[in-house]
Formats: sequence, structure tokens, C-alpha cells
Amino acid sequence: MTAKHETAREPLIRVVKRTSMSAKGKLGVRLAAVLLALLADAAFIFLVTGLNPIAVYRTMFSGTFGTSLRFSWAMRDLASLLLIGIALAPAFKMRFWNIGAEGQVLMGALATATVMIYCGDTLPAPLLFAAMLLASVAAGALWGFIPAWFKARFSTNETLFTLMMNYVAIQIVACCVNIWRGQASGLGKLNMRTKAGWFPQIFGQRYTINLIVVVALTVAVFCYLRYAKQGYEIAVVGESENTARYAGINVGRVVVRTMILSGALCGLTGFLIVGGRDQTISTGTAGGNGFTAIIVAWLAKFNTFTMALISFLLIFLEKGAGEIASAYNLNDYASDIIAGIILFFILGSEFFINYRAVLRGHGHQEVRK
Amino acid sequence: MNSTLIAWILRAVPFGTIIMYGALGEIVTEKSGNLNLGVPGIMYLGGFAGFASAYLYENAVAEPNYLLCVLLALVCAFLAAMAGGLIYSFLTITLRANQNVTGLALTTFGMGVANFFGVFILNGRTATQSLVYRAFQTKMPVLSGLGALGQTVFGYGFMVYAAIALAVALHFFFTRTRAGLNLRAVGENPATADAAGVSVARYKYLATCLGAGISGLGGLYYVLDYNQGIWATTGQIEALGWLAVALVIFTTWKPLNAIWGSYLFGALYWLYQFMPSLLGWSLPGYVTDLIQMLPYVVTIIVLVVTSLHKRRENQPPASLGLAYFREER
Amino acid sequence: MTPYAIELHHITKTFGSVVANRDVSLAVNKGEILSLLGENGSGKTTLMNMLSGIYYPDEGEIYVEGERVEIRDPKDAYALGIGMVHQHFKLIDVFTALENIALVLDAHERYDLKAVREKARAICERYGFVIDLDQKVYEMSVSQKQTLEIIKMLYRGARLLILDEPTAVLTPQETERLFAVLRAMRADGKSIIIITHKLHEVLEISDRVSILRKGEYVGTVETERATEDSLTEMMVGRKVELNIERPLSSERHLRLSVHNLSVQSADGVRVLDGVTFDAYSGEILGIAGISGNGQKELLEAIAGLQKTLPDSSVLYYPDDDRDSSAEQLIGKTPRDIRDMGVHLSFVPEDRLGMGLVGSMGMTDNMMLKSYNEGGSPIADRSAPRKLAEEIREELDVVTPSIATPVSRLSGGNVQKVLVGREIAATPTVLMTAYAVRGLDINTSYTIYHLLNEQKQRGVAILYVGEDLDVLVDLCDRILVLCGGKCNGVLDARHTTKEEIGLLMTSLKQGKGGDQR
Repeated sequence: MTAKHETAREPLIRVVKRTSMSAKGKLGVRLAAVLLALLADAAFIFLVTGLNPIAVYRTMFSGTFGTSLRFSWAMRDLASLLLIGIALAPAFKMRFWNIGAEGQVLMGALATATVMIYCGDTLPAPLLFAAMLLASVAAGALWGFIPAWFKARFSTNETLFTLMMNYVAIQIVACCVNIWRGQASGLGKLNMRTKAGWFPQIFGQRYTINLIVVVALTVAVFCYLRYAKQGYEIAVVGESENTARYAGINVGRVVVRTMILSGALCGLTGFLIVGGRDQTISTGTAGGNGFTAIIVAWLAKFNTFTMALISFLLIFLEKGAGEIASAYNLNDYASDIIAGIILFFILGSEFFINYRAVLRGHGHQEVRK
Repeated sequence: MNSTLIAWILRAVPFGTIIMYGALGEIVTEKSGNLNLGVPGIMYLGGFAGFASAYLYENAVAEPNYLLCVLLALVCAFLAAMAGGLIYSFLTITLRANQNVTGLALTTFGMGVANFFGVFILNGRTATQSLVYRAFQTKMPVLSGLGALGQTVFGYGFMVYAAIALAVALHFFFTRTRAGLNLRAVGENPATADAAGVSVARYKYLATCLGAGISGLGGLYYVLDYNQGIWATTGQIEALGWLAVALVIFTTWKPLNAIWGSYLFGALYWLYQFMPSLLGWSLPGYVTDLIQMLPYVVTIIVLVVTSLHKRRENQPPASLGLAYFREER
Repeated sequence: MTPYAIELHHITKTFGSVVANRDVSLAVNKGEILSLLGENGSGKTTLMNMLSGIYYPDEGEIYVEGERVEIRDPKDAYALGIGMVHQHFKLIDVFTALENIALVLDAHERYDLKAVREKARAICERYGFVIDLDQKVYEMSVSQKQTLEIIKMLYRGARLLILDEPTAVLTPQETERLFAVLRAMRADGKSIIIITHKLHEVLEISDRVSILRKGEYVGTVETERATEDSLTEMMVGRKVELNIERPLSSERHLRLSVHNLSVQSADGVRVLDGVTFDAYSGEILGIAGISGNGQKELLEAIAGLQKTLPDSSVLYYPDDDRDSSAEQLIGKTPRDIRDMGVHLSFVPEDRLGMGLVGSMGMTDNMMLKSYNEGGSPIADRSAPRKLAEEIREELDVVTPSIATPVSRLSGGNVQKVLVGREIAATPTVLMTAYAVRGLDINTSYTIYHLLNEQKQRGVAILYVGEDLDVLVDLCDRILVLCGGKCNGVLDARHTTKEEIGLLMTSLKQGKGGDQR
């Protein structure tokens, strides 16, 4: 029988689940992944442009660290990305796939802009800011609540639901912008004359407040997830709904509450972007950060400090690629490619943390443990 | 027939065709249990590669061959999109990375590659005068001239009919062939398929890569026909890609539903332009933005309704989004 | 001499640090039924999974009809004529029976559903199966699904059929029918391996018996020369002298009065049907039954984790005087019950999927049910940490640290953590489901000892068990569940395994009701 002859061999490589890996080992694997990715990126740059990759990386470095202004811009953009990542952390820890951050941020931004436009001239500054804050948080929370309620009630697929909600939000924003701009080609800065609702300048920049908030939230959400009772509930629900029910946790309530929180933080991000960074709104206000932040949150395994590191890496790449683009006459999209390659490598590296390959004839090593 | 209605249909059908390709590809992918959120990126890759290859070929050769030009565009679009699917497959199937995150990263990457090289190579030029554009635009002779019916039924490039044929073919593939049965089994319950001797990894790889290729054709159709042979680095393909993902849900993973579903989406999308004049209303510009959200809202409603009814036939493939590892304990 | 249908030589398989099979060798003749006997966790299923290509052995060789083979995946197994009916059926729910059969077609065979239907019909007629080929699997009963699985394997041309605990989910009549089919197949020259731990079935159906114990091969005997006693001895390694203590406790008061408790499954089946009984403090009430006869639902319904049907009642008596202050537990969530001051502890069957959070350490698992106490929004971890240390110390939990995820601990240590926590909650009612499943003898005795301690403290204990020897020796009374109904309550001191076994397998007519 031919089948037997064909099969009379042990498979070349078998994959076995690891029991555990030391923290050092994990760090090593991830560092190796980033290094390999940088090599791959260098190869890409060299092949496409024929430029010396080392010189290119040096240029990239100056994209973030070249001048103090560039650094502060990098920090500004880092704040936006990281804020969304932080907002997503509780939902993701609960294994709730909130792909709707983009929409939740937009709704927050829209609420902020609405308050700025309609109350900018009437409310005194402190009240105005309070109203902007409240409106944005409520709008984001609503956008998080809707899919969560359906998930809790009918177990409607949240990945697809939240994804669709993004576009509903985008169209609502487009509609409002359309109304506000009237005959003009674009919606300029809001309240240009009165600067009502613009964040005050601190150290010469309006987005200083954004930076302060992001630092505070990094710590706060970290502590919330690690030390608070609610954080504990989130962890239990994420791990196993059965265990959660056994422990007396009302799973539906935790799902809804956590998504309200996640949406509210996204809404808050919209508030900070409009008030502290853009002073205007468009369908591109979230700028795809809502999607990138998902990757950030997932790679960081919901640890907000790790998120800060990964966000920084991505922003560094983006700024660097922008710098290359202007220095060598390329275009900004290079940053998407470079970031994509890095993300692929990091995503792939997780495999080597969780599994290991056994080569043919080496199987018996396992037995002797 | 009312001329507005005709214009509406002539707009809705090509629009629907783009997302029909995207959705058909994604249906094939999702039937294997892979939720690939990289569809927008894949459509970018397909659109760019198909367009660029035909464009470069025409400019490089003194007397380009008509047929070769079309074939080149189709093959390159398919291959480039497949390459995107291959990256996704390798990461999620072999390395068992998270599907959602990998898909989103692929969207970023595909968008980057297409736009980067798009500007780099094409440098803002268009191919409106080119052979390939004319080929994609060619309508059926004689029949398309037969009044309103001829116009609305036969008045499109060949890709529109190819999409319908593809949907029907996929329906037969899923229900009448061994490979289709095996593929559905892999997406429903990989452990069972595995125990039945179906190679889970091979089916997932093939379905994901071929599915990506099909989705990529949507990108190509967008550039060469819908967008009239202009390479534009706008976010339009991205929005269409997500609409394709929405359409997959709307069809409840059945290719035949994609035919009318995609045209419905197209009609809804263009509702703002034609409905008012059809009814004699005049709507302010901002309302059009609201009307454009209809496809997404309809999808959400479908999503909720299917989760309410829980009819087994309308649910997503049971293992959608999960990696498979035989020795998992 | 004709070669064996299949031979296993020195097979070893490990999962991480757990050895599932060590140096196992056995052989099956053509045209015979071999029983593979062993306690829960003795490695029977793992061994058979290596024949069906689900796992790959770390060491050892497999011979089919005298030739050395490698079975790398299920396809190889099929090609060699090996078919396995798993305990969890490998069927696609949304497919019809016919489509499920077509799924196993040989790649060289033409895909023709008509031909498949003809051939499947022929197989049904030959062995006497009754099945609707166009029915969707999710509409089928368990026994129909099993029938479909067997047809599938025969269709694929299996010469060796492996059945993993096929009778666990069947009624006695269905079991008889299955055995008749197996005999017909044996007469047809097919070889059959049947995994089981029910001795009377082993004796009834098989020609030879191979026994595994803790992953190791013990031996093979001719069924004719075997008795229940001799097999038990091989299975557990020595004569069953359990020597479990059964102390008498001084106080005995009514603690829990369950009346007409009924639960319906998602598909509308009454998995628990009008169960009525009382549980007393200072007593271990054993609950016996073939697995899946309502044990899980019974405990979960009392714990507030199952929706019950109307008229169900579970009254809890906090004090020793009856009627004065009974509290209704039905309709309450686990947290409501806790807030009422009822100390109800529950060791569920699924330890890591329900009782514990696998990715968390001992400390965080200690606070699973108590984290919400106190008004502060911050979770207190100092008390749980202390408790974790205590339990680790007192119950000898082997773990690198109390922060190590409990999923990395061995089964016995996981159970110690879970039982330790539930007992630390000073329960008045303690419910355990399969508390010693998969545990070694020493840990099992630790658990028995802990239960007895609780009993003497005046706790009312519900002990769902599967080992009848243990039930008879440990419990004070034994309630037998059959088909979701209470089929009798026995005095454990004056009953026999046979009496329990009979109640487990055959429902007494019209006596599902009052069994106080």
C-alpha cells in the first residue's frame, strides 16, 4: 500500500505549546522582532529609493528629535493615539472587540464642536469648558453603550457592530460640518475671533493640557484595571463569562458599564483633540488613530505603560517617515508601509512566546521534564 | 422609464459591483473562519497593482496588445491582493496572531503601499485615454442601445457581469462541490474538519488568499471603471472596503444575496442624488451625508435582527475569528 | 499467524509537564471487540487520539496489520482504515446528516451526493441503523448523532472502529441497540476498541480487556476469565479497600429543602425534572448518576446559576428550628444569595472554566467571591494574599508562587486551591461536583478528609460523584439521578453499588416525585 510508505515518517516540524516563558525571554523575542522589522524596513527603503538606509534612519530620527518643536508635535500626536489606546484598554481586557473607537472619538469631537459653536459666545469660559467636556463624554459614552447593550442583551457581534458605528458617526459629522461651513469650501477654525473653547496656552502650546491628561489617564486607567474592584470584574468577565456568573458578577451590566467607560474616554479624546489640537472638526479628526490604537492596545496586552511605549514607536516611525518624505522627495505614505511592516513582525513574534517548534527526532526532549 | 431612475441605476450598479467583489472575496475568506479586516487594504493593493501594471505596459510598449493589457491588469490585481492575503494568512494561520489586529495592520499596510507607489510611479497621471480604460468601459454592443432596458441591463463594462457570474459560481461551489463543503466545514468547526481528514491549514490559506484576490478585483474595478481610470490617493477605497465587510454581514454569508444586496447598497448610497429629483423634492446638501449612512444602518439592523432570531442558517461561520491548533488542550 | 489488526509499541505522550501515556503497548485482533478500561484520567482517550491522528506520539511505534505506519493526521488514520467516534461528536451542526457523511469522502472518490446517499442507505440497512439523511445535525438527539458518527466511519471504510465512552450519554435501550450493532460489525470481521469505565458493559460486550492506570499499561485479559473484582483490581492497582472515614456528626438539622426543582435546556429538554429532596447539616448527601443526567443543573440551580421552571423551590433554613425563617433561594442571583447572608459554597465540575480564573494567581482567585465586600472602590488584596498563603501552607499546594497563574498548576493543586477557598468561606452548605476527578489518590483523600471535617462542623454537603465505591463509603445518604429525575434516595450504610447502579440506569416508573 503506497499510503503507508508515504506516511512512514515523522513530520519535519511540529508545534508545541509552551508552558511558560520568562519575562526576559519575552522581552528578547519582542526586541528581536522590532530589530528584524527595522532591517526589513531598511531593505525596503534601499530597494525602492536606493538610499543608504543608515542615513535614512538618521533622517528618520530627526523627524522626532530634530528640533524641540518637532519633538513637541510628536508628543501632541502621541497624546491623541495613546489616549484612544487607553480608552480601549478596559474594553479589550474584557475581550470586547471595540473596533468603534474612531466613531466614538468623532462623536465626542462633534459634541465639543457643537457646544463651542452654539454656546461659545454666551457661556463664560469655565462653564463652556465644563459643557464641552460633559457633552463629549456623553456622546462618546452613548456610542459605546449602543453596541454594548445589544451585545449584553442579544449577544450581537460587537466587532462588526462597532465597525459599522464608525461610519454612522462619520456621516453624522460630515452632515454637521456641511451645515456649519455653509457656502465655504471648508470649516475653518471654530470661534476664530473669540477663541472661545480653545484651550489656554501653557508653555506656549495649547496641547499641553492634552499631554497632562494623557499622563494622568495612563496612570489612572492602569490603576483602575489593576487595583479597582471594577477592574477585577473586567478581568474576570474577559477571562470567562461562566466564572464571572459563578462569582456573582452581572456580566451584562459589566459589559455595558465598561463600554460606557471606554466610549466616554474616547469621547474625552475627541474633546481634547478639538479643544487642544485642531480647534475644528472634520471627518478626519480621529485620523485613523481609532484603528491604530486597537493594534496598540492589543500589542500592549492592555498595560497602559506598555501602550505608551508602542505608541511612541509608531509616532516616531510616522514622523520619521514624514521627514524622509520631505528630505528625499517621497511621500508621507511611506510611514504606513514602515509601520505596517513593524506591526507584522511584532504580531508574528507573539507566536514564539506562546509556542515552540520541535524538529524531527527531537521530540523526546519533552518527556524528560 | 424615467431618466432619473435610469441614471440612478447606472450609478448604483457599478458602485454595487465594487463592493460585490470585495464582499464575495470576504465571504470566501470568512467561510474558512478567518475574519479579515484587511479588505480595504487588499482592495487598495489590487486596484493599484492592476492599474499600474497596465499603465506601465502601455507606456513601455510601442503597440500594446488590447487583450494582453486587460489580462495583465486583472492578473496583477489578483496577485497583488493575494500577496496581501498571504501575509494575513501566514500571520494568523501559521503564527496564530490575532485576526482582528492583523487585518487592521494589513489595511494600514495595503493603503500605504498603494498610495506610496501610486504617487511614486504614476505621479498624478491618469489613464483615461489608455486602452485598458477603454476595455473596461466597453459596453455590450447592440444590446446596450436598446432603450431604457438595454441601457440599465447591458450598459456596463464586462466586470459587472463577471461579478454576477462569480457570485453564482461561488454559490455552486459552496453547495455542490466537495471543496466547498470542506471549506464550510473548516469555518464551522475546524476540529471536526480536521478529524474528517480535511487539511484545515491548506483550506484556510487557499480561501484567504483567493478571497483576497477576488476582493482585489473590486479595487481594480473602482480605479479603471468607476473612477474612470484616475488614480486618486483618497480614502474612498477604504470606505468602500468597510462597506464590503458590511455587505458580507448583510448577505448572511450567502453569495447569491450579494448580487441584489450590493445593488441595494449602491442604490442607498446614491439615494441622495436621485431620490429627491425623482420625487420632486429639493434637499439641502447636508442631508445627503445622512442618507449616505443608510447602508451602514441597514447592516446594523440586519446584524441585530439575525442575532435576535438566531436561525442557525443565518449565523456567521461558527469558528469565525478563532485560530485553530490541533493539540490545544 | 495472522497479524494483529493494530499494534501499539511503547507509546509515550506528554503535554507540557504532564505525562498522559508512558510506554504503552497493546494489540487488537481482527474481528474482536477490545475494551480499553481505566479510571478517569488514565490516558485512554489520549492513547486513542494518537491512533486517529489527533495527537502525535512523542515516542513509540504503531503497526497496522503487521506493517509499521506513521499516523500524522486524521487523513492517515482514515487511509489505514481507522475510524474514531469521539466523546464530543465531530459533526458540523449546520450540515445535514448526508453532508456530514460526504465530508469524509476519499479525495479520489467523485463528489456525488446521490451516490453517497445510496451507499449510506446500504450501510444503514446492513447494520440496522435508522436515520434521516436530510436532517440537520442540530436537530438530532444525542443517540442519533452517535449513529451518524458510526455510519460516517463505516462509510469511510473503517476496519478498526474506536468508540470513546459511547454509552455515557445513552439510555439502557439505546445502549442495547448500540451493542447489537457492534456485535453485527464484529461478525462482519471488523475490529472494535471501546473505551469505558463501566465494568458490566466491559463484561457484556468485549472479547478481551486492556487496562490502563495513570497513563501506563497494566495488562490485557480475556473477558471470559475476568470478573468485576479482578478488573477493578487491575484498574485501581489493589483491592478496593478505600478506608474512607465516615464520622458520625452530633447535630443534624434540616438545612435545605428542595422541592419540584426543574430546569429546561436551551433546546427545550427537561434536563432536571421535578427533583425533590432535603439536605441536613452534618451530613454528606451523595448524588449519583451517569454523567449528564442533571447533576450539573441541580447544583447550579441551587447556586443561582440556572434559570428554573415555575414552581421550583429551594428553601434554606438558617437556624435549627424549622419553618420559622426559611428563605427562598430560587430567583436569586449568586450575589443575592450571598447578600442574604447564606454561606453557600460550590466547587463546580469545570474548575478552570467556572470555579477559578486560570490566568490569575492564587491571590486573585481567593477574592473571586469576596472581592466586592466593603465600601471601598479599591479591591483589598491583603486579606486574599494572606488566605492564599494559608491555603498553600495547609493543603500543600505546589506552586512557584501565589502569583503564578493557577492554570499552570497540576490538576490536584488546582482543586486544592478551589476547595480551599470554598471551605475558607465558612459555608453552611457545601456543594461539590466531581471533586476528585483526575486527582491522584493522596489528593483525593485530602479532599475526603476536608469534606468530613466540614461535615463535623455542621455543614450540609452535597457530593456529586461518579465513583460508586467512594459514594458508598463517604456519604450518609445517596440520591440517584436518572434522566433528570430523582430516582431514589438510599441510606449509604445499607446499600450496595449494584442497587445504586440499577437506579442510575433504569428509571422507576411513576416514582420521580417525593423521595424524602
